[in-house]
Amino acid sequence: MSQVVKKKFRCHPEPNECKGCGRCVNACPKKLLKLGSALNIMGVPYAEYVGDGCIGCGACFYTCPEPGAITVFEITGEE
Amino acid sequence: MSEVVKFGRPKGFFETFERRPGSIKKNMSYCPGCGHGVLHKLIAEAIADFGIQDKTTLISPVGCSVFAYFYFDCFGLQVPHGRSAAAATGLTRANPESIVIGYQGDGDLAAIGFNAFIQAANRGENYCVFFVNNAIYGMTGGQMAPTSLLGQKTTTSPYGRNALTEGYPLKVCEMVSQLEAPVYVERVALTSPANILKARKAVRKAIKISMEKKGFAFVEVLSGCPVNLKLKPADMDKFIEENMTKYFPLGVFKDVADEREPVKRATPVYDRAKVEETLYRAMPGGNEAHESLESPLFDRELRVKIGGFGGQGVLSLGLILAAMGKYRNLNVSWLPSYGPEMRGGTANCAVILNKGAIGSPIVDSNCDLLVVLNRPSLDKYLPELGENGVLMYDSSTIKDAPKVKPGQKAIAISAGDIAEEFGNLKCANAVMLGAIGAVLTKYYLTPADAAKFQETAEAAIAECFAGKDKIVAMNAEACKLGYTKMQNAQS
Repeated sequence: MSQVVKKKFRCHPEPNECKGCGRCVNACPKKLLKLGSALNIMGVPYAEYVGDGCIGCGACFYTCPEPGAITVFEITGEE
Repeated sequence: MSEVVKFGRPKGFFETFERRPGSIKKNMSYCPGCGHGVLHKLIAEAIADFGIQDKTTLISPVGCSVFAYFYFDCFGLQVPHGRSAAAATGLTRANPESIVIGYQGDGDLAAIGFNAFIQAANRGENYCVFFVNNAIYGMTGGQMAPTSLLGQKTTTSPYGRNALTEGYPLKVCEMVSQLEAPVYVERVALTSPANILKARKAVRKAIKISMEKKGFAFVEVLSGCPVNLKLKPADMDKFIEENMTKYFPLGVFKDVADEREPVKRATPVYDRAKVEETLYRAMPGGNEAHESLESPLFDRELRVKIGGFGGQGVLSLGLILAAMGKYRNLNVSWLPSYGPEMRGGTANCAVILNKGAIGSPIVDSNCDLLVVLNRPSLDKYLPELGENGVLMYDSSTIKDAPKVKPGQKAIAISAGDIAEEFGNLKCANAVMLGAIGAVLTKYYLTPADAAKFQETAEAAIAECFAGKDKIVAMNAEACKLGYTKMQNAQS
């Protein structure tokens, strides 16, 4: 019997590239993103990745209107 | 811990937006939550994934996305408002290998540029269009767009859009899909992740169709403008899904890409000599066979005006004179001016002959030769005759000799009567041409130039009435007759 290896992911919102629109917060199926209260260089509260358990669906990435504000990483090794 | 990027900044964007003014170089200029950013990402991702950045041109419109060329790492063209389709047509025709993406908003595409757009779609031009429909004018501050919904309040429809006064929202997908040429028409919405992924698929498909040269592909994108609609991003998506999609249903309206063969148009010509050959008709005997006129008269610009009523051959006489100049290696211009009616109204034309360059084709003063075939034209244009100008008038319609200033010449020829006697009143203009020849010969031309007048006139007449041999022969005959009559009158 083959074993299903569950892939692990991590979402990274870049604070200074976020305009705080909140689209990703609504889009995340796992509710792992929220708008914080701290302000970035543009003067807006930015999205933060809280907790873990990202499933790597890309919903936050595609719904985000900024080019590089969100990056989703696949974790390939635990060291 | 080792990790790889699964979703990250698309390679179709520049790494930093150096052309963007100010210190923010990683972000685009759009408002928070704007749909443009989402669509930009889908396009940037696609052109990078397909490896076509080096042959892709993205045409940015006028509207919020006017600076799209700041962001995309491919060729960019920014066009005047609504002219995207015209520029795209030129681009794809001149360089069929290039992949052209039109990016237009609802004001650019559905209002000012709608005709250019729908004609390009109807011609099946080889490019794809992404049409951002956000139901409002964004850049200018929230005015009503052609796609604003019924009842929608905007700054220019403060009581809500009313079908009786502003018409119905324009259904562009539905209209384009009725045309024969377009191969792919789909409407998508940038709302939920599921809908955005559908939009991603549509964007990629449209670009693929352009890569395969299958013709015109069109994707309408329902997109949010949270600022002008005064909605939070979540409410914005709700507005699109609940209100906009009711009137603008999502889905594929047409998809015949698989059945169509690639569109092949005439191969562009880049060779200079060949382009010139195509643009400039060769003259009989080759261009070198025609030396310039030697008479001193032609050492300066000659300005001619011909006036009469429509149907007298006023415009053709000018055209023949211009063609004659051309056959003698002069630069020429011919500028017709006539009323809305083909026959019976007043008509005039200005002809300029110059060995050098011609600045303006307009003759409204310092006229060297004024030819008038009726009284109103005489009254109107005589003040334009220059100091030593020559007036030639048709004495069969203008009975009393016009008063000209000292230095000016007034020469009469009863062109109408002569033509009637000759058998066709319509030849009065050719009779007048012959008379002009006789006057030129007597006063202005060297014998060598004078000897070539008839020959040049016949070549010009043959060109102006090409394909109508009888008319050519008749006019050449009438021209000879006019020459002889004038010569006899002068001796």
